[in-house]
Amino acid sequence: MTDTSFTSEAALKRLKKRRGKEWRFRIWGRAAIGFALAALAWLLISIVGTGYTAFQQNFMTLEFELSESVLAPDGTRDPEKLRGANYRRIVQTTMYELFPEVTDRKAKQELFGLTSASGATNKLRQMVYNNPELIGQTINVTVPASDQIDQLLKGYIKRDTDESRRKVSDQQIAWADTLKERGVIKKKFNRILFMNPDSRDPELAGIASAVIGSVMILVVAFVLAFPIGVGAAIYLDEFAPKNKFTDFIEININNLAAVPSIVFGLLGLAVFLNFMGMPRSIPLVGGMVLALRVFPTITIATRSALQGVSPSIVDGALSLGASHTQAVFQQKLPLAGPGILTGSIIGMAQALGETAPLLMIGMVAFVTEVPNSITEPATALPVQIFLWSDSAERAWAERTSAAIIVLLVVLITMNGFAIWLRNRLEQRR
Amino acid sequence: MIMKTLILGTASAAFLMACGGGDTAAVKEKTSEAVNETAEKMTGGDIRVVGSSTVYPFSTKVAQEFKNKTGYNVVVESTGSGGGHKLFCSGADATTPDITNSSRRQKKSEFDNCVKNNVGDVVEVKIGFDGIVLANAVDAAVMNMSLKDVYMAFAKEIPTSDTDCTMQENPYTMWSEINPELPSVKIEAYGPPPTSGTRDAFVEIAMEGGAKSVACMAELLKADKKAFANNAHTLREDGKWIDAGENDNALVQTLVNTPTAVGVFGYSFLDQNADKIKGANIDGTAPEFENIAAGDYHVARSLYFYIKKSHVDMTPGLQEFALEFTSDAAVGPGGYLEEIGLVPLPDADRAAVRATVENMTPYSQ
Repeated sequence: MTDTSFTSEAALKRLKKRRGKEWRFRIWGRAAIGFALAALAWLLISIVGTGYTAFQQNFMTLEFELSESVLAPDGTRDPEKLRGANYRRIVQTTMYELFPEVTDRKAKQELFGLTSASGATNKLRQMVYNNPELIGQTINVTVPASDQIDQLLKGYIKRDTDESRRKVSDQQIAWADTLKERGVIKKKFNRILFMNPDSRDPELAGIASAVIGSVMILVVAFVLAFPIGVGAAIYLDEFAPKNKFTDFIEININNLAAVPSIVFGLLGLAVFLNFMGMPRSIPLVGGMVLALRVFPTITIATRSALQGVSPSIVDGALSLGASHTQAVFQQKLPLAGPGILTGSIIGMAQALGETAPLLMIGMVAFVTEVPNSITEPATALPVQIFLWSDSAERAWAERTSAAIIVLLVVLITMNGFAIWLRNRLEQRR
Repeated sequence: MIMKTLILGTASAAFLMACGGGDTAAVKEKTSEAVNETAEKMTGGDIRVVGSSTVYPFSTKVAQEFKNKTGYNVVVESTGSGGGHKLFCSGADATTPDITNSSRRQKKSEFDNCVKNNVGDVVEVKIGFDGIVLANAVDAAVMNMSLKDVYMAFAKEIPTSDTDCTMQENPYTMWSEINPELPSVKIEAYGPPPTSGTRDAFVEIAMEGGAKSVACMAELLKADKKAFANNAHTLREDGKWIDAGENDNALVQTLVNTPTAVGVFGYSFLDQNADKIKGANIDGTAPEFENIAAGDYHVARSLYFYIKKSHVDMTPGLQEFALEFTSDAAVGPGGYLEEIGLVPLPDADRAAVRATVENMTPYSQ
């Protein structure tokens, strides 16, 4: 006769086996989470490690003499004419005066290269354009140092590399060190990165236009996708007859959520640009394309939220005499609200990271101005990151990482907000 | 409570819209028309540039300077040379680009497409040279190769001998097998994919140039141009040549990590990364700025942009932009484009190009 008690040797063995299984499963689970965390940590460390230095930049405070003989030899004060004046000469004069002993032409050129040529000239140009009365005065202005000097002082350009193999000469290193001692070059918070639109010069490039472009795209996408997505879900779930046709639609919506995003870009190109004749590179079209991209996500999230509401609530409402519509809109929908919102915010976060569809509709572009409306050319943050990462100058590396940090912070904020909102709305009930 | 009203509001609005299906379509059409009009008013003023990703850094630099000097807005898109010509030649109305950048000359088929779509006169502007370099890690062996070595290393099929043009599968696995003076490391190259203009230029200049130096191939070129090009343009598919992505910074990193590999890319990346990589000498000439400018370095191509003449009256500032792009301050020796890696044209050529832009002289093929 076999022993069936729970303390027999066979039973204990089985118990041990079961516990061993459980233990192994836990170990696997922890290993999986540990791996995910390690990957995340590696990503964050490598990006923050290269990117954090971009939040500071080396600036030069210089004294510029805006002499009339150079800027306005004919005595004009017309801002439009003053735009084309020779500001480069003014900057050159100032730079040469820093080290008056330099006379050689090539050395002078190198000396001029310490400052951001286009940063300094444009700053002066803007100041004179806004206030032509400045001509004839001597003013103190802070301008960015050139990207090479910035990279040198941050340690990205190694001093022990052979002179012929680096972009900064020994002479320039000596000058930069002297100017740093004199207090002319100072490291400050890099406002340019946040306030400026894109620029070809790393030391002048910022993410302002890309961030605003991204915000516009998201707003358009949300305004279009949220009502359509939620409306479609409610109708399909509550009002549509259950037949082959609605099954077919359901399968298609689920499929749509899994379609590679570049396909939506092609669709946008064919329909919005070629057929409807809308202009390229505008946030309106970008938003419309991304609305197509996120609306299936929102529909699916809404449907699962609606299905998660206890049927007894609708039954109760119906038994008290509410119509079907009343029961759905007044009882079921508010209860599904947190789920719908979370799904939508996660969908929007997805849209924020999209680059591929924007490629097709011409948003991979260089735009020199912060867009004022959704019909002005703009670019988006992930596109800007893509363009920067492919530029040759060394200084782009840290700026690319800095832009990625900003994108990640925005994404974390959005997802965090979704969680906070869900918890808050669930508590209120 | 506010949340509830908000959800109800949007949801019911959507529901109502869904009910009146027919009306929505009409409403949408009207709004899109209105949007179109305003959009055209607002973006019609901008100068729109599309095209090559190689010319993109130069074009954006000029766009920025031009915007600062004149206030005109220039939008530069990076679509690749082929994509640029396609958009540019799609028509002549205001929504089509004003300028397309190209890292090679416009092809006959692209020009014909322009004619077919009534684009009208097109002005061709050459802006300068760009060298294509073969580079390896800075502490790897120096490579001194001829164009013939390049052809022998990368062509899928090569002639059996200098005089016998019976094709055979490329047998070489080590550089030293091709030329004893080359280091004895395995052949491994990372280069641009076929969609890239840099690839087009590489096969046309380096591979064809190398093929021509084989006696029987030179005869083949005279006899059957197509067969010649077919052979010279087809790169190895046995893993010795690897199509790398378009991101050249990643390519530089790969070369640093794999000291035996060589990479193919534009001169400006070598210029910026001279502490990490070094260029191979081709036919005894190093890929240096002076050599490319003087025409001594053979693997160099010209960069162009094309202007739609009919848009000069339509888009304010277009001709001025082209003039800025061809000014000595930009493309001349010591100009701001030289600082970021463009190799200037000889003085006489620059003057001729400048005259073309001043008179807006159209070109034909």
